Amino acid sequence: MTWRTTAFGGVVVLVTAGMTAYALSAIAENDRRTSTATAATTTTLAQVEKGPRIVFRHTGRDAEYGHVGAVALADPGGPRALTDLSCDRVYAQDRSVSCLRTERGVVSRYRATDLAISPPGQAWREVDETDLPGLPSRTRLSPDGRLVSTTVFVNGDSYLASGFSTRTAVRRVGGASYGDLERFKLVVDGRRVAPVDRNIWGITFADDGRTFYATVATGGRTYLARGDLAERSLTTVADHVECPSLSPDGTRIAFKEADESGTRWTPAVLDLATGRRTVLTGEARSIDDQIEWLDNDTVLYGLARQGEPVSDVWALDTSTTATPRVLVPEASSPAVLR
Amino acid sequence: MYLSLSDRPTTDVEPRSTGGRVSRTVVILGIVSLLTDISSESVSAILPLYLTAVVGLSPVAYGLIDGLYQGVSSLVRIAAGWLADRTDRPQPVALTGYALSAVARLGLIFAGGFGTISAAISLDRVGKGVRTAPRDAMIAASSDPAHLGRSFGVHRALDTIGATLGPLLAFVILWRIADGYDTVLVVSLGFAVLGVATMVCFVPFRTGAVRRVVPRRTRPRTKVRWRSALTPGLMRVTGVSGVLALLTVGDGFVYLALLETGGFATQWFPVLYVGTNLAYLALAVPMGRFADRAGRAKVLVLGHLPLAAAYLCAATGSGALWTTFAAVLLLGVFYAATDGTLAAVAGQLVPVTVRASGIATAQTAVALARLVAATGFGLLWYAVGPRVAMFAVCAVLLAAIPAGLAVLRRADRSSAAEPAEPVEPRGGRP
Repeated sequence: MTWRTTAFGGVVVLVTAGMTAYALSAIAENDRRTSTATAATTTTLAQVEKGPRIVFRHTGRDAEYGHVGAVALADPGGPRALTDLSCDRVYAQDRSVSCLRTERGVVSRYRATDLAISPPGQAWREVDETDLPGLPSRTRLSPDGRLVSTTVFVNGDSYLASGFSTRTAVRRVGGASYGDLERFKLVVDGRRVAPVDRNIWGITFADDGRTFYATVATGGRTYLARGDLAERSLTTVADHVECPSLSPDGTRIAFKEADESGTRWTPAVLDLATGRRTVLTGEARSIDDQIEWLDNDTVLYGLARQGEPVSDVWALDTSTTATPRVLVPEASSPAVLR
Repeated sequence: MYLSLSDRPTTDVEPRSTGGRVSRTVVILGIVSLLTDISSESVSAILPLYLTAVVGLSPVAYGLIDGLYQGVSSLVRIAAGWLADRTDRPQPVALTGYALSAVARLGLIFAGGFGTISAAISLDRVGKGVRTAPRDAMIAASSDPAHLGRSFGVHRALDTIGATLGPLLAFVILWRIADGYDTVLVVSLGFAVLGVATMVCFVPFRTGAVRRVVPRRTRPRTKVRWRSALTPGLMRVTGVSGVLALLTVGDGFVYLALLETGGFATQWFPVLYVGTNLAYLALAVPMGRFADRAGRAKVLVLGHLPLAAAYLCAATGSGALWTTFAAVLLLGVFYAATDGTLAAVAGQLVPVTVRASGIATAQTAVALARLVAATGFGLLWYAVGPRVAMFAVCAVLLAAIPAGLAVLRRADRSSAAEPAEPVEPRGGRP
């Protein structure tokens, strides 16, 4: 046996042993975790659904990781109700829940499930299921719970070699789809255009059943666009806005604003009537979520803990210098049901 | 001393005539690629999920990273090819490329933010760019010239097996361990290290281009200049494959056109890539053998016929399932006929001393032309719609194929029979 063969044999043994040891310990850790109950105190859905509440995705490192949960708005850090529904992104309104999830496989499948919230305490009822063309990114429901929007990340068509591609659709819950929003009439800065590189993501609905707001990106810029489902149109109303979220009183848009490098996002608020922007500089970390309103003066967003698959829901007052605080620990994808 | 294709090559270590068998070095290089591809493709398969679900990057940030993933490698390819020729030691250059990618895997395990992750991914792609041309030069150097196409076929087949096993492995891990992304990254690092170790232990350090007939000290050191790789033959092949690459719109578009014409449901989209890979895997060796017999340059050009047929399937796709199957298969045939063949042809048309530079030049031209093609076709798609766009590219491609054949008419003959133009090592003839 030459030294080469010996050396190679040694490396193979070492590397294989290392990989196997790591995988075995990860399997043991995984099994230990899935056999333990959640660390958070739990309660029943019936209890939480008695009043205003926050629906979210539970991110505690336990058997219920990724399941949809709910807490009472009055006690967001308190006992949570956990459901059997597992989602990557979740959103809820008084009557419906939208759940986007990944079914991992050699070829992963992505699905959107719409559920109806039954009378308080009863299990949610699945009303519709749709295949998604890519990785779940955003979902929102209209205030009446009849319209649902989904944004996914499309793997197959990043045809511009660099850059990314999203696909955003709006559907009636349990009904017809308005189709890919890239096919809507697009007006940028007052001009009707049809750019090749348009991307649309992150929808928020107004309460009239036809108006919505979305991010439109083209030519390296992002815009806030007002959409009209009846006219099948999108018209830009501001620029440098991503993932808009309309306040409960319908006067303001919370969004995230990218820095110059386009890799760090800060929460901000835009007054629709005056066009005045307030950047919420009290949050120094990069916010990568579609913001949700707790009430007319407070925004919520999920934020991953550094180096952990656990995230928390943070609350931030909409004054410039407010300090963020954890509202719901071990949670992401918050939706407020008032 | 004249260096020409007829008194060519050879490695210092192995006998050059392999009597029709694929040389040991080629198989080992194939195994190195297999291990490395298991490593890189298992990460590619989980990267979107990992970055968005665990690291928490948004679509935009992920998109930027994905862009890096595609773009970086062609930049360094020519430089690495030149370095391999300059030192006449492609092995250490290629090894550096493999090692860089392994280090990048290690970096990815510890990376936590946008900056570190994009740094790790760029490093990985730089590694890929560095290793490709020297590795192909080694394959050419250690193969019997008469069976060059088959050698590349064997290498590419092994490579593709790795690319198919990688995602499978990642899936098995994630299936057993719910958020086992770390485990996938660690296992991926393991396979990268095994690839590097295989290379270190079994690919001779001196698998160079030219045997030093004259003892090194007495012979003036050969000055290798990239420009000497630009022989008329290579320029022709680079030009023809560059132009043809401009008419190569990318698999994604073909699949999308099939989707638009209703050939299949959206969720099957990724399966099409797998199908194309499998077809490539099955056909790489037979197609390489065929190229050896029929003429490699001819096969390189005619290999674009199945591509044109795939466009036709996509354009006419009436929603029938068989058009989807046909398109996937035809794309596999196209890759089998052109990918390894390009390196084989390019390597044959330049003096052995600058083989890595020559291969790198042709490969970079094709990569850049495909980048341009993707952008241009995107515009066309939106302007006239998928069907018309596909028909248009198909028509131009069909017109370009005979033209390409005419330009390369001589390439097969010159590589097979005529010795290429002699090269004069700078620094004086002995």
